[in-house]
Amino acid sequence: MTSRLPQAKGGFNFDNHVRNTLMEGKGLGIPKATKTGTTIVGLIYKDGLVLGADTRATAGPIVADKNCEKIHYLAPNMYCCGAGTAADTEMTTALISSQLELHRLSTGRQARVVTAMTMLKQMLFKYQGQIGAALILGGVDINGPHLYTIYPHGSTDKLPYVTMGSGSLAAMSVFESRYVANMEREDAIALVQDAIEAGIFNDLGSGSNVDVVVINSEKVEVLRNYARPNERGVKEASYKYAQGTTRVLKSSIRDFVDIKETVHVTTTEEMDIS
Amino acid sequence: MSVFSTYPGQVIVDNPVSVPIEHRFDPYVDNGGTLLSISGEDFCVVAADTRQSEGYSINSRYVPKSVKLSNKTVISMGGCYADCLTLTKKIQQSMEWYQHAHGKTMSTAAVAQMLSIMLYQKRFFPFYSWCILGGLDEEGKGAVYTYDPVGSYERESCRCAGSASSLIQPFLDNQIGFKNQESNKTKLSLDQVLRITKDSFTSATERDIYTGDYLEIFVITSKGVEVQKMDLKKD
Repeated sequence: MTSRLPQAKGGFNFDNHVRNTLMEGKGLGIPKATKTGTTIVGLIYKDGLVLGADTRATAGPIVADKNCEKIHYLAPNMYCCGAGTAADTEMTTALISSQLELHRLSTGRQARVVTAMTMLKQMLFKYQGQIGAALILGGVDINGPHLYTIYPHGSTDKLPYVTMGSGSLAAMSVFESRYVANMEREDAIALVQDAIEAGIFNDLGSGSNVDVVVINSEKVEVLRNYARPNERGVKEASYKYAQGTTRVLKSSIRDFVDIKETVHVTTTEEMDIS
Repeated sequence: MSVFSTYPGQVIVDNPVSVPIEHRFDPYVDNGGTLLSISGEDFCVVAADTRQSEGYSINSRYVPKSVKLSNKTVISMGGCYADCLTLTKKIQQSMEWYQHAHGKTMSTAAVAQMLSIMLYQKRFFPFYSWCILGGLDEEGKGAVYTYDPVGSYERESCRCAGSASSLIQPFLDNQIGFKNQESNKTKLSLDQVLRITKDSFTSATERDIYTGDYLEIFVITSKGVEVQKMDLKKD
């Protein structure tokens, strides 16, 4: 970008901060970010791990998206559930996904889950919690299945079953009562579904459908909208408007204008190319 | 605090900064929920969802917001549930005293006027309540009275209040008041009004997190008050 104004050589620019506090003082609020007031879960079973998420995105009390995707792709062997500010979870996972792809290409090896976890926590810590991303990272590598939670300030946990987001308490109550080590695949998916549904029905920030991702050493299954427990019913009436319902304020009818174009061909002397 | 120094030039504040202690008193909570009322030629419909919530939690899936006051009048309230409960009791008690004193039931218009006074009596410590009074007037026509928390009131043909009011009211203005519609200004039947009411709530449930669980509809006609219940989504 070019500018005739003197440019700062580095550091942060706080111009908008002064303006924003001025606007706040006048009663104008700061723009509200879309949050995924979410329920996200993950658990380790016999052969791998299962990740789960609801699909509601909210902006304050309003549902912004009824069927959003909260389980993000990170690498062929890794997926990451995101809760918090929607833009932050999307951009953070996309950025780390890109770096992991380059890492995979340069090393010629499958990326390890600890690597992704370390990259994510270092980035989030660098931003001192300003990036509002609360993540559940799950993947399978040469060392087996791994499940991490990463908090917005950069701290991490490594646990066999985890929950995050505003519905985390509802979901954890299901895990705490029914989780057992070395579950079968079907039992693990059913438990994840029940945990997410506990969030969907008991937490107002969570809702709509259940997304599930199953990862084991053999394959990765992305089960988008694995359960749809909140289908909308049919409407009682039709709201089609009859023609002429909207008042015509003015009308003007015009003919097409004919544009005639004449081309004058002028011949010049041939160029001497001998 | 004692005065001490660790290195030359260090500035030490030897008296602690004293600030006034702030005592806070927050007696209001918003328990969410949506209510609406539509009047017809010889009927009135009062409807409200039954979810009671606080923050991101649901307190209960079935707490009715509407109460039958007489065979001709129904009150519906949203906002702070504790205030709504107290205000409803005050109305019911005053109506009972009126019955004893005058030997007749209060008319809808009389209840409407009384509610306005009850709200304004607490002008500087208001009831946090959005009230809609629905019923039949002295001529047997449908009547809807709406209030703000400090007692300003008005008779209207239809009104929605509560958490999804900004979603439903424009729809009602268009479908009941025929706003922005050239022709088609007919009087709506009870069946049509009930359909619009149900669609208003199922649609609001889709987009407002505080609206849901069940819908309770009070239909007021010359025959009395009939209550209908309907399921709403529970997420």
